[in-house]
Amino acid sequence: MKARVALALLLLAGAAAATEMNPPQQSSDASGMSALDLRLKRLEGDLRCLVCQNQTLADSNAELAADLRREVRELAVSGKSDEEIKAYLVARYGDFVLYDPPVEPLTWMLWFGPFALLVVGGTVWWIVLRRRERLASSAASPSGANSAEQARKLLDDGDG
Amino acid sequence: MIPEIGHFALILALLVAIAQSAVPLVGAAMGEPRLMAVARPAGQLQFLLVVVAFACLAASFVGNDFSVQNVAANSNSELPLRYRFAATWGSHEGSLLLWALMLSGWTCAVTLFSRHLPPVFLARVIAVMGLISVGFMLFVLLTSNPFERLVPPAAEGRDLNPLLQDPGMVIHPPMLYMGYVGFSVAFAFAIAALLGGRLDATWARWSRPWTTVAWAFLTIGIALGSGWAYYTLGWGGWWFWDPVENASFMPWLTGTALIHSLAVTEKRGAFKSWTVLLAIVAFSLSLLGTFLVRSGVLTSVHAFATDPARGVFILTFLAIVVGGSLALFAYRAGKVGLGGVFGVVSRESALLANNILLIVAMASVLLGTLYPLFLDALNLGKISVGPPYFDAVFYPLLAPAVFLMGIGPLARWSQASLPTLWTRLRWAFGVAVVAALLLPFTLGRWSPLIAAGLFLALWIATSSVVNLRDRLASSHQTGLLAKLAANSPSYYGMLLAHLGVAVFIIGVTLVKGYEVEQDVRLDVGQSVPVGGYEFRFLGVQPGPGPNYRAVIGTVEVRKDGRLIQTLHPEKRIYNASGQTMTIAAIAVGIGGDRYVSLGEPLAADNLGGAWAVRIYLKPFIDWIWGGAFLMAIGGLLAVSDRRYRIAMRRRDASLAAGSAAAAAD
Amino acid sequence: MTKALRWAIPLAIFIVLVAFLWVGLGRDPRQVPSPLIDKPAPAFRLSKLQTPDETLASGDLRGTVWLLNVWASWCVSCRVEHPLLVQLAQQNVVPVYGLDYKDQPDDGRAWLAQHGNPYTASIVDRDGRVGIDYGVYGVPETFVIDKTGIIRYKQIGPLTEEVLQGRILPLVRELQR
Repeated sequence: MKARVALALLLLAGAAAATEMNPPQQSSDASGMSALDLRLKRLEGDLRCLVCQNQTLADSNAELAADLRREVRELAVSGKSDEEIKAYLVARYGDFVLYDPPVEPLTWMLWFGPFALLVVGGTVWWIVLRRRERLASSAASPSGANSAEQARKLLDDGDG
Repeated sequence: MIPEIGHFALILALLVAIAQSAVPLVGAAMGEPRLMAVARPAGQLQFLLVVVAFACLAASFVGNDFSVQNVAANSNSELPLRYRFAATWGSHEGSLLLWALMLSGWTCAVTLFSRHLPPVFLARVIAVMGLISVGFMLFVLLTSNPFERLVPPAAEGRDLNPLLQDPGMVIHPPMLYMGYVGFSVAFAFAIAALLGGRLDATWARWSRPWTTVAWAFLTIGIALGSGWAYYTLGWGGWWFWDPVENASFMPWLTGTALIHSLAVTEKRGAFKSWTVLLAIVAFSLSLLGTFLVRSGVLTSVHAFATDPARGVFILTFLAIVVGGSLALFAYRAGKVGLGGVFGVVSRESALLANNILLIVAMASVLLGTLYPLFLDALNLGKISVGPPYFDAVFYPLLAPAVFLMGIGPLARWSQASLPTLWTRLRWAFGVAVVAALLLPFTLGRWSPLIAAGLFLALWIATSSVVNLRDRLASSHQTGLLAKLAANSPSYYGMLLAHLGVAVFIIGVTLVKGYEVEQDVRLDVGQSVPVGGYEFRFLGVQPGPGPNYRAVIGTVEVRKDGRLIQTLHPEKRIYNASGQTMTIAAIAVGIGGDRYVSLGEPLAADNLGGAWAVRIYLKPFIDWIWGGAFLMAIGGLLAVSDRRYRIAMRRRDASLAAGSAAAAAD
Repeated sequence: MTKALRWAIPLAIFIVLVAFLWVGLGRDPRQVPSPLIDKPAPAFRLSKLQTPDETLASGDLRGTVWLLNVWASWCVSCRVEHPLLVQLAQQNVVPVYGLDYKDQPDDGRAWLAQHGNPYTASIVDRDGRVGIDYGVYGVPETFVIDKTGIIRYKQIGPLTEEVLQGRILPLVRELQR
């Protein structure tokens, strides 16, 4: 009981300290950058610079990047949605320009692969456990297994 | 003269490495003690020779010997001493020599600290490491010789890339390579076990400290790289899922799975073939990383200048080493024998789930990194896979693994009970949930992702407290200090490393959740409010440097009207290369960083007028690297456990005698 | 038997991986293929470099097979391919039009005067907008466009003798039939 109270107090103290160290962040739209700028920054962060190919369109200093940022801004101001702007760039430069690969038959393996691997992994986990359980029930008598275990625990220097 | 000595030493080292591989392997197969005994002195001699070679190259850099091609291409006489030294590994050729140095260093360490290992096993371990050394040294000598002369010598060097003229360059590659290359020891142990056909808990006990130390170094190396990118690249990012970053992260994920799997094999004799496979995979990923960086197959900011011939060599080497190991695994793993028995709810099953999740995460990173190459190779076009993909896939995969971190350490081996676990953990769970739900309100805004991240971190912390408390409560000692002392360093190492993970998660969650960026035009004297602070730009001044000209800005940071600090971001133009570098000014704090960098001058008269200034607030960002360092320290603490040291060697010696006798047939 | 095969799964995966990496060694990851192949060439109307009062529109070129070469006076690699273009122009096989990309017209004219002018006409793309429409990301680039105004081929980087003789000229001859 004491430990739990101590724990709770510790956390409250931590929360208080955190408030002190870190002033409440104003929501991003109040920080001074216009909503358009923020939207463009987010959008350009997901686009790839074709010249400095390891930088986003937002970060690159290449001239083409500046030109493309200008294009993107003009499209946004004229009312185009993020999807339409991306489509505009993809029509000219291909999917290469998107850091967020589109979900299409070509990329199904990419997007669903991890999930499929997880399912396979989970199945393996289950099968291994089932097999060990079957082995356990057909093993030597429970008391024999336990005493061997206790003996091993005494030999080893505890857990860790 | 000195470069030639270095070159010659490297050739000699290659010959010694050949002997170091062939002779002990034959000796082990034949059971010939004299042949096996060649392993240890050969490993030590190889190390000495590689040290000589490396020292010769370093001396050429430090001494500004521009008759050496590599020095002329990567250094400059105006370069400060520490960067002239670091330039030794600033190129493809030099960094390969660093690889070879680390590899021979680890080999030498194995020869020195493994007196208790059975001779047959040790002979095979050192021989396998020798084979890898042979590969790397052949690669250096045949395709990437750092000692090549430039005739006629250059009058001056082309300078080290300004991005690399930084303390990060002095320490990040050595730490990273210590980790990368260190996994070769675990690899060699695994191959030796497969060759010998015997794999048991003792093998895991031998392997564990080596693996954990390598893992700790890799953790530090990756953290240093991330921190270096943060302050050097000028836009506050700390991880880009760049192919080369992924190339170091994948061995780390596998290595983490491996150290946990080794724990199970050591304590319960289970997961034997799985552990061996992980050891092979971890080092294979290190080699794959080497290939990706140097072959030109992927675009990356880290990639060295590439040459198809080198790519072919490394790929062939990779195919032989990894293909050979996996073939050996396919042939021998089935005979290694099934391990211990355990129930569905048990520490083993939790660790198995942890392993599977880590490996699925690693495979996903691999998939994302190589997918553009897959499609291109099949002529299906060119796509890019960047942070949006990896972020979407990685965090959901790792979240359950992190959650298990709270349960695993408390679950009993072999058979645990869910009701018991729930009783012990329900308060920890409740506190973590409530705190995670409430904290975001005090920090700014609430979002489910922030709450989820905070929950995971707090859950690790609260469950660790419960773990420790229960340990102390059930201890037979009297008095708190005695109870604390009764636990092993490896236990505290685990707690510390896990807490490191919690600290890391807090850093990532809060930075991603609450960071603020402002890109503004500031006239001299103008202020802008960002977050709870006020940033006032006071113009720029010219400032000279050892090998560059700089323009130094002054930015005052105020909070509630009170001046907190003055920051000096810089723009540097390096003399030799003409390259421009943006040097950010960062005010580091436990609660967060204030980060300012200069963009471009906006006024017609260039320097005296307005500038574009980038201002970032990065809450709790240093917890990211702090957490990583805690993880590494936890690992090193665990390794200091005395059961890996002399007292245990007596028992191992008798075990060794037994297994030597058994392996002799 | 299946039990034993299970241990070979990692090896099988690795072999597939190496095969891909091997093929990957022959590829250039920096090259971005054009999505405009077999699509209509984007329309443009720009003033000519040598006679600024006149304009050239993409529609004017319907009915002929033509090459569009993207160049600039500040582009170093363009000097490498330029002699080939001059030679090609002299053979009168196919008209070559130039797109002077993000350049000052005076600089462009001076450069052509110095290095030779293989172009039937060059048009000036001051702010690079037409370049963006064509998916230009590096200079020089060359497009092969057929009689109906469809882009059939894009060369990224300087032209070489092999590419010209092996890919472009055969394609041009076929399209001209």
